[in-house]
Amino acid sequence: MKRLALILLVLLVAPAQAAAPPQGVVANVAQGKSLYAANCSRCHGSHGQGIRKQGPSLKDVGALGADFYVRTGYMPLDDPHTQPWRTRVLFSEQEIRALVAYVATIGHGPAIPTPQWRSASVAAGNKLFTDHCAGCHQIAIAGGVLPGARIPPLNQPTPRQIAEAVRVGPYLMPKFSPKAITPTQLNDIVAYVQYAKHPDDRGGWAIGHLGPWPEGMVTWLLAASVLVATCLAIGRRLKA
Amino acid sequence: MSRAKAFLIAALVLLLGKRRSKRELPEHRIVPPGSPQRRAETLVLLLFGAVTACGVAFIVVYAIDQLGHQTQWLGLALGLAFALLALACIVIARRLVVTEELAEPYPEDHPDEVETIEEILDESGSRFTRRRLVTLAGTGALGTLFLAALTPALSLGPALDTRALTKTPWRRGRRLVDESGKPIAAADIEAEAFYTAYPEGADRELIGSPLVVVRIGPGNGGVVAYSKICTHAGCAIALYRKPTFPDTQPGPALVCPCHYSSFDPARNGKVIFGPAGRPLPRLPLEIDRDGNLRAAGNFSGPVGPSWSGVRQRGARS
Repeated sequence: MKRLALILLVLLVAPAQAAAPPQGVVANVAQGKSLYAANCSRCHGSHGQGIRKQGPSLKDVGALGADFYVRTGYMPLDDPHTQPWRTRVLFSEQEIRALVAYVATIGHGPAIPTPQWRSASVAAGNKLFTDHCAGCHQIAIAGGVLPGARIPPLNQPTPRQIAEAVRVGPYLMPKFSPKAITPTQLNDIVAYVQYAKHPDDRGGWAIGHLGPWPEGMVTWLLAASVLVATCLAIGRRLKA
Repeated sequence: MSRAKAFLIAALVLLLGKRRSKRELPEHRIVPPGSPQRRAETLVLLLFGAVTACGVAFIVVYAIDQLGHQTQWLGLALGLAFALLALACIVIARRLVVTEELAEPYPEDHPDEVETIEEILDESGSRFTRRRLVTLAGTGALGTLFLAALTPALSLGPALDTRALTKTPWRRGRRLVDESGKPIAAADIEAEAFYTAYPEGADRELIGSPLVVVRIGPGNGGVVAYSKICTHAGCAIALYRKPTFPDTQPGPALVCPCHYSSFDPARNGKVIFGPAGRPLPRLPLEIDRDGNLRAAGNFSGPVGPSWSGVRQRGARS
């Protein structure tokens, strides 16, 4: 009954916001609102207005923010005082779409980006990543720590999530507006991260993706052990 | 000038001529002194001289600092010096040190024999005729080499005149520009983001040049700029910890990735974590008619890593 009322409410309100929303989207928003009420409203407030010491306002976060936080499993968060971390995603694809559609109606936030990284420049991305991201995430996208936070490695996020995170600045990460990092530059950065997920490890073993020399060190160590063992064996045989 | 020359000659004579009269007549020696080898000795002297010249050449090449292929020249000078020194040692060992071969059955108990050999060593004659000159040349060669090896320590930093360390290109009215050289408008500095800025028309490689610019509040007064160089060990402040929701998350901090020194941008760069011993120097800002950021003076303190007495110095233009 409550749900029906919500659908009716949205049906009444929606035409005022957009000229002619397709039927399916409207239904999505209603489902999203109920999902929101069940999973998010405890911290973000009943209408996404935010609650002091619990959760920030969702006004103007847009589809971009909602899509990022839900698809990475960052949200819902058990304890608002802990750092959101990549976990199992609790919603189905259809539920995520509904939830994102609902959050997008709170204020006027940005849409979900679609990074065109396949034709972007890995070299330019490497330089941009060094300037803006490598300080925390490291050039080998391995992540790390910061006083007060863990820094996630970047081998799991999809290209879309990387592009979203740059705009959102989740948790303690700064956020980068289209003025600071243009959409073209963002494509380059995504291209670099996609490359760095599977870098060209010529030596065979990755060992920190530091280039061939850690592998060389290990090889030398193994070779030296074999040499010493051989010498010992020869020595024993000669003595006997 | 001539006075100095006279002094120099007098000192040399004193050094070389001292004790010459005391030379003792050779007494009976177990090992004969052997024939003096004047030519070998001259060769050794020449070699020592060449070593000295190589050492001096190293210092000169280092001091000039403008030569092409400087590293290669330095390496050549030092390498030649060691090679010539080795050559001198070989000549001394083969031609100038008294040698005596004794072949006899090795005794079971040998304290007496050891004593004899020690006596031989003590009392054996010398083939050197210009012993003092050779010693002087050898000392000179080794001393110069030692000096040459010490010279690069000068590059560790200005030891006597440290004023260069507190000099920065910032002065009142100088515009802040981004990496591409464009002036930065105060309105373009967004919250939760961080920017790197440089002085317009100055060397960006100077330690006092790079800035990190962040917004800590709304309006024109909310923009602050700090030196991008950590006051601990001089790394670049490349991290900006900015909470999305300050209610439940750690506060904002400018963080150095080397040792995690963290500075509070809202409290004049106060150290809130890590090994840094003094706050991050803050650059006062003003906004011109076009809305662009300009420096309103110099840093609040000396820029760059800390050293003894650094707190007593301020930043200078």
